[in-house]
Amino acid sequence: MVKFDVRNLSVRFGAFNALKGITIRVNANEILAIIGPSNSGKTTFLRTLNRMNELERAAIMSGTVELDGTPINAISAEALRKRVGMVFALPLPLPLSIFDNAAYGIRMHGGKSKQAVREAVEKALKQAYIWDEVKDRLGESAFKLSGGQQQRLCIARTLAVEPEVILFDEPCSGLDPISTAAIEEAMLKLKSVYTIVLVTNNVKQAARVGDRTAFFLMGDMVEIDKTDKIFTAPSDKRTGDYIMGKFG
Amino acid sequence: MRKIKEFIIEKLILLCGVASIIFVVLILLFLLNEGLSLFKDIGPYEFVSGKKWYPISEPPQLGILPLICGSLLVTLGAAIISIPIGVACAVYIAEVAPSWIKDILKAGIELLAAIPSVVLGFIGMVTLSPLIKSVFNLPTGLTALSGSIMLAFMAMPTIVSIAEDALYAVPKSYKEGAFALGATHWQTIWRVILPAASPGILAAVMLGIGRVIGETMAVMMITGNAAKIPDGFLQPVRTLTATIAAEMGEAVVGSEHYFALFAIGLILFIISFIINLTADLFLHRKERR
Repeated sequence: MVKFDVRNLSVRFGAFNALKGITIRVNANEILAIIGPSNSGKTTFLRTLNRMNELERAAIMSGTVELDGTPINAISAEALRKRVGMVFALPLPLPLSIFDNAAYGIRMHGGKSKQAVREAVEKALKQAYIWDEVKDRLGESAFKLSGGQQQRLCIARTLAVEPEVILFDEPCSGLDPISTAAIEEAMLKLKSVYTIVLVTNNVKQAARVGDRTAFFLMGDMVEIDKTDKIFTAPSDKRTGDYIMGKFG
Repeated sequence: MRKIKEFIIEKLILLCGVASIIFVVLILLFLLNEGLSLFKDIGPYEFVSGKKWYPISEPPQLGILPLICGSLLVTLGAAIISIPIGVACAVYIAEVAPSWIKDILKAGIELLAAIPSVVLGFIGMVTLSPLIKSVFNLPTGLTALSGSIMLAFMAMPTIVSIAEDALYAVPKSYKEGAFALGATHWQTIWRVILPAASPGILAAVMLGIGRVIGETMAVMMITGNAAKIPDGFLQPVRTLTATIAAEMGEAVVGSEHYFALFAIGLILFIISFIINLTADLFLHRKERR
């Protein structure tokens, strides 16, 4: 089943063409990994999917993006972002307690009893593999957590609003290998329920968790295929060169 | 040779730094010396809580409670008017306004800050007070309310510009994090940006109030200067500052009246000091985060 259907998407920031006619389908319950050097448009692509690019005044978009067959511009930005959650490169806890951070999104959308909020928070923290580490200190400031814990808390915060798709924007770029492994493990479990788009600078991470991998370069999508195929027999030479580390 | 040059420059800068502190200390000492002389004759409690200010009657009655009440009432009124408007204006400029409106507003606010207070007082006297007189049907338009409104104009630039800086200083990441969870713009402002900027906003408010409490010229011109305890915003009041400015010229040097004016200055100094200290504490709490 197709979750996101992106056709001929171009995004321009002033005179800079960040994306030049990208066509991609994201299937439900897959992890689509997007790799590519910096300035290749990966993050721009990701931020198009939940309309975060609109926060930049200069962004101009063309082409169509459909979520479950509905153009995303026909959905209000708030409703879209509730369905399409995002985890950022740097952990961004809010200056609140651990519990309040995880509960933030649910409370904001409202309509849940205190008990329901507590249950949703616990469930989300368990899904993000951080419950055992924080269950006795939920009232402490989120800034007291380590970087890896903060990032998992941010994942929990996103999960708590029960989105359908989660966009990961280089979620492990600032983390140590052990925290990275924990997050990758969480992703592999989460894909049974969620659709995941993962932008990563770490080619090996794409190989470990991606069902399919897309290679972006200078605003173009060079190639998209099953991850095994990309990593063993890429059809474009540039993909192979990038994976081998010849440039990037 | 270069070493000597370095040495001289270094010491000169040190001297400048120390000089400013020395001047402040000297001013404080002078104020203390002159102000405290009063308390040989009357007790501090009597001075602060006395309800009658008749400095030139015989014997002089030096109770500054009416003046304190006047200052507090005018300041309170100015705070009630300027804080919500100022903070809302800062939010609008920092978060909502398109850039061309932002430029116009910022220029306008800077202009407001540049108007000398005597001019504001004069404008208030000829426009605002007749208006208040006719709207509330009062015998005179020179009231605490007129003073509060004019002072609110003076506090606004301080509040807006410092609160705006505090709002800009909120990491963009907080905002994006809230948006990514599906927050509306208003929810993001209300539940993320304002709380995160709150120490800076509080500091802005304190500094705005500090400006109001020390303001003299405009209040002297439009509050009516009646040294009695007011029971509402629609009565003439006299503030601590206006009293010093109006009476210092005619007080006999070395008289009780003269010392009493210095004692008022001392009290103003203490109030401003507390306000600035509070503002500073809030600002530094923000930095530690």
